[in-house]
This record gives sequence, C-alpha cells and structure tokens, in this order.
Amino acid sequence: MTAVQISVFLENKSGRLAEVMRALAVAGVNIRALSLAETIDYGVLRLIVDKPGAAKQALSDSGFTVSETEVIAVAMPDRPGGLASIVDLLTKSGLNIEYLYAFVGQRGENAIVVFRIEDVQAAVAALKKGGAHILSAEELGAI
Amino acid sequence: MEFMDSARLRALQSERFREVVKRVYEKVPHYRQKLDAAGVKPADIKGIEDITRLPFTSKDDLRETYPFGMFAVPMQDVVRIHASSGTTGRSTVVGYTRADVATWAEVMARTLAAGGTHAGDFVQNSYGYGLFTGGLGAHYGAELIGASVIPTSGGQTRRQLQIMQDFGTTVLCCTPSYALVIGEEGKEMGVNFADLPLHVGFFGAEPWSQSMRQEIEAALQCHALDIYGLSEIIGPGVGFECLEKSGLHVNEDHFYPEIINPETGEPAPDGQLGELVFTAFTKEALPLLRYRTRDISRIIAEQCLCGRTIRRVQRVTGRTDDMLIIRGVNVFPSQIEEILMRVEGTTPNYLLVVDRKPRGLDELEVQVEVSEQVFSDEMSKLEALSERIRTEIDSTLGLRVAVRLVEPKSIERSAGKAKRVIDRRDLGQ
Repeated sequence: MTAVQISVFLENKSGRLAEVMRALAVAGVNIRALSLAETIDYGVLRLIVDKPGAAKQALSDSGFTVSETEVIAVAMPDRPGGLASIVDLLTKSGLNIEYLYAFVGQRGENAIVVFRIEDVQAAVAALKKGGAHILSAEELGAI
Repeated sequence: MEFMDSARLRALQSERFREVVKRVYEKVPHYRQKLDAAGVKPADIKGIEDITRLPFTSKDDLRETYPFGMFAVPMQDVVRIHASSGTTGRSTVVGYTRADVATWAEVMARTLAAGGTHAGDFVQNSYGYGLFTGGLGAHYGAELIGASVIPTSGGQTRRQLQIMQDFGTTVLCCTPSYALVIGEEGKEMGVNFADLPLHVGFFGAEPWSQSMRQEIEAALQCHALDIYGLSEIIGPGVGFECLEKSGLHVNEDHFYPEIINPETGEPAPDGQLGELVFTAFTKEALPLLRYRTRDISRIIAEQCLCGRTIRRVQRVTGRTDDMLIIRGVNVFPSQIEEILMRVEGTTPNYLLVVDRKPRGLDELEVQVEVSEQVFSDEMSKLEALSERIRTEIDSTLGLRVAVRLVEPKSIERSAGKAKRVIDRRDLGQ
C-alpha cells in the first residue's frame, strides 16, 4: 500500500532542473507531483511519476544521483480540515513526519498528500485504522 | 639482516655511511663541490648521527649532470642502465655495477620472501620490462629465491589470465591498478580466483590505499602487499610490507631513511608526516646522499609484530608537490581521502578548492560527490553527512573547512589520475 517516490540530488546550478525534465520527457515519463527542498549549495527533487522504474533508469543514465523512496499517498476530501484529520491519525500514533507535499487530482474532488515517514508499516496501519484512503501505486499512476 | 640487533645495525650504518661519504667525495666531482660548499669534509663524519650535516640531493642534481655525471665508477664497471620516463622533464638515468645488481636481487628477494615466496613458487612478473626498473628488479629477486619466474611483462590481460590458470601462478607482481584490471577482466572471463593457487601479490610503482588493498584482495583472493622503491635509490626493493601489512620495512642496511619537513629541510621527529629522504650507502655506480623523494610518509619507530628490527615507514600517502599549506596547517589530499573513507565507508570522488578571501585568510573548500550509497531524500541526513565530514577534518587536522556536496561527475576526471586540488590563491598575481 505504498508508493514510490523518485528522489534526485541536484546542485544549485542553472539548467540542472531543466536537464532532469528533459531526461524524463525523452523517456516518456509523466510527472504527477513534485517538490523541491533546497539549501544554499544543493537541493533534493522529489517526484511522483507514472513510471518510476523508467524514470530512475533515465536519470541514472544521465548521470544524476537518484534513489527510490517508499512514501504513502493518501487521498482526502478537498475541503478545510481534510489534511488536519489525516495528520491527527499519524500524530496520535506517535509517528513523525519527515516531510510531506500535496497536490490536487485532475478531477478536483480529492486532494492527495504524499507523506514520508520513517516507520512506513506503522503509518499504513494507523491510517487504515482511521479509515483514510491510501492510494496504491496503480491508483497513483492513473491519476 | 632484517632481524639484526638494533645497536649492531646502527654501527653497520655508521661504518657504511662514513665509507660512502668518503667515496663520493673522491669520485664524484659534483658531490665534492656540494660538500665543499656546505663546509663538510669526509673526515668530519663520525657516524650516522652526522647525516644532517650533509646537503640534500634532488632530481635537479641528476638533471644537471645528465646522463652519467653522478656515477661514482668508470663506465666499464657499469653493467646496466635504467631510466625514468621523464614525464616531469629530462629523464633520470641510473646505473648499476655487477655488485649493485646483486644487492638489488638481494633486497627484492627479501621483499618477496616477506610475503611468503619460496623456491617452487611460480612468480608471474607483470611489471614492464625495459628502461623501467620494475620488471628486471622483481625478476632478479624472484630468481635469487629460486622461484620459477614467468616474465609476462605488462599488457595482454587475457593472455596473462590464461597463463595464470594454465601455469598455476602462485605469486603476482604488478602495479595495483593493473591488479584490478586483471581482477575485472578475469571476472568477465569467468575465472574463479578462489580456485587458483595464487597466494600473494606484490604491488608497487604507484601510490595506493587501504581500501584498494581490500578491493584487490577480494577480487584476486590473495594477500596484497605494498612495495616501495625508486630508480634513483635502486628500483623496487627499497621498502616492503610483511604479512602484518602495517607499514613498509626499509632495507636500511643499504638505504637509510629520514623524514624531513619539506619546507625547512629540518628532520621531523619519528611519527610525524614529512618528506622521505634516502641515502644509498652501498650502491657503487650511483650512491646518492640524502636524496629527496618528494614522497610523503612517516617513520614507524615501534618494532613490527613480525620481529624484523629494521624500521618501517608508512605507505606513501602523497607527494610534496600536492601539499597545501592552509593557515599554517600542512594538508595532503590523501589525509582528506582517509577521512572521507572513514566517514562514508567508501572513497568518494572529491576536490579541494583553496581560495584567499579579500581580508587575507585562506579558505579550504572540500567538494564531495554524492554517490547513491550516501544520498538521502531527507535534507537533514545530507546536512548531517557534511557536518560529520567537517567535524572529522577539524578534529583530525585541526582545520576548519567548508564542505560542499556536489553531483557525481561534476569533478573533472583525467585519464587515470583525478585532479584533486584547485588552488586559486595565486591567480592574477
């Protein structure tokens, strides 16, 4: 019940992000969501894509440092308090969120939140118990 | 000789030292001039403790007297001539009398024996034969032991591997980088090194590291020992590792080692890093006094577990040419490499960038390529990594540096040897 995120190490140099995008375009990879965290010298680009395997290969071949990260994607109603209820489930189980980012699905009814949590198993259990809708890799790819 | 009582060894060194100073003063005009200029007469030399009174010899002395000007015997006594490749200027020419060739075989035999080579071993010698001293040096040593020498010389790796399997090679001599090539190629050919009788390899002629030793030992399934030498002193056989693999024993009855501060020329205390300097007491054709190798090492004064009394030097960790002085601290790229190895568990590609800030302070930035092994999608872990490197360098070298994580392959690679230092301090001056 988890999804794969592609994480890429990027130096803060002009043109590097464009090169990532070009490599993915050439490989026919479609990006669903992304987030970029940065320091003065470098950043980490996190991507949810339709074909994680092809994306990792294409980026490795282009010389980037890439890793696959196990994340949890949760669909929730796109209304005030939606995210709060999900985060509550995790906090009450004593789980620490390393980072998260959100996007709105194409049909616009649901928002999707991607969570990076160290203890994935416990998080999945807590979310399920609380009735949250965790997206499978297929569901996520089909959005 | 290698197990000789230390006091007797010192006495022998003193005797040989007095003799060699007298000999070069009489036979080599260039040395007579140098000694006269330094105000030293052979009669002033009482023992080895007087060695610091002598001037150094450098590659420049050999260049000035190119090709045979430093030889201490007439050419009819010279039975062999070797030469360095001369990549850094005119090549360095060295000569050997019959007795020198015998000394060389003796010190190389000690080297090979310390790694467990016996009569009956098959020694595949993949050092290049020719003007380079590696090939013939290892060859004569192995023959003296009574081993069967297979003089394959370098190259033709598949043929090397075929011979290794068919002849049952038990001992391999080559450069460490070529050992890795043999391992790689063998793997591709489907050679199972664990099934081969190869038990030890003697790898030298280029600097290598502990991590490379582990790689070679895993690939070739044999002990990987470091050997040290330079043609100006004799060639391979100046220093060798025993199976304790903890430093190179110096054949100091022939080649007397000193460590000096490369800046001041002052002797460095035992244990301190500095430039390795050798005096070749017994060489007849080319006896050099206090020859500056430009190699960085330290003397290990404690006796080795193997029982040999001759002193050890640490494996060469760099060249004086690579040394950086940052805010008064001597830094060798190899020290940074060791620290990165310790922190990351592998040797990453790295680059040292030195800059001088407008107010005059030198700054060292250590750029480290982020490999997949150390990469994390979490920023906090990447920050922790660079902080660990920073702290480790500070506590080891006493130097605060900036650490910058960079993408793989952003550091320029040249064929074989990576460029490790960019010094921007002198630009525009």
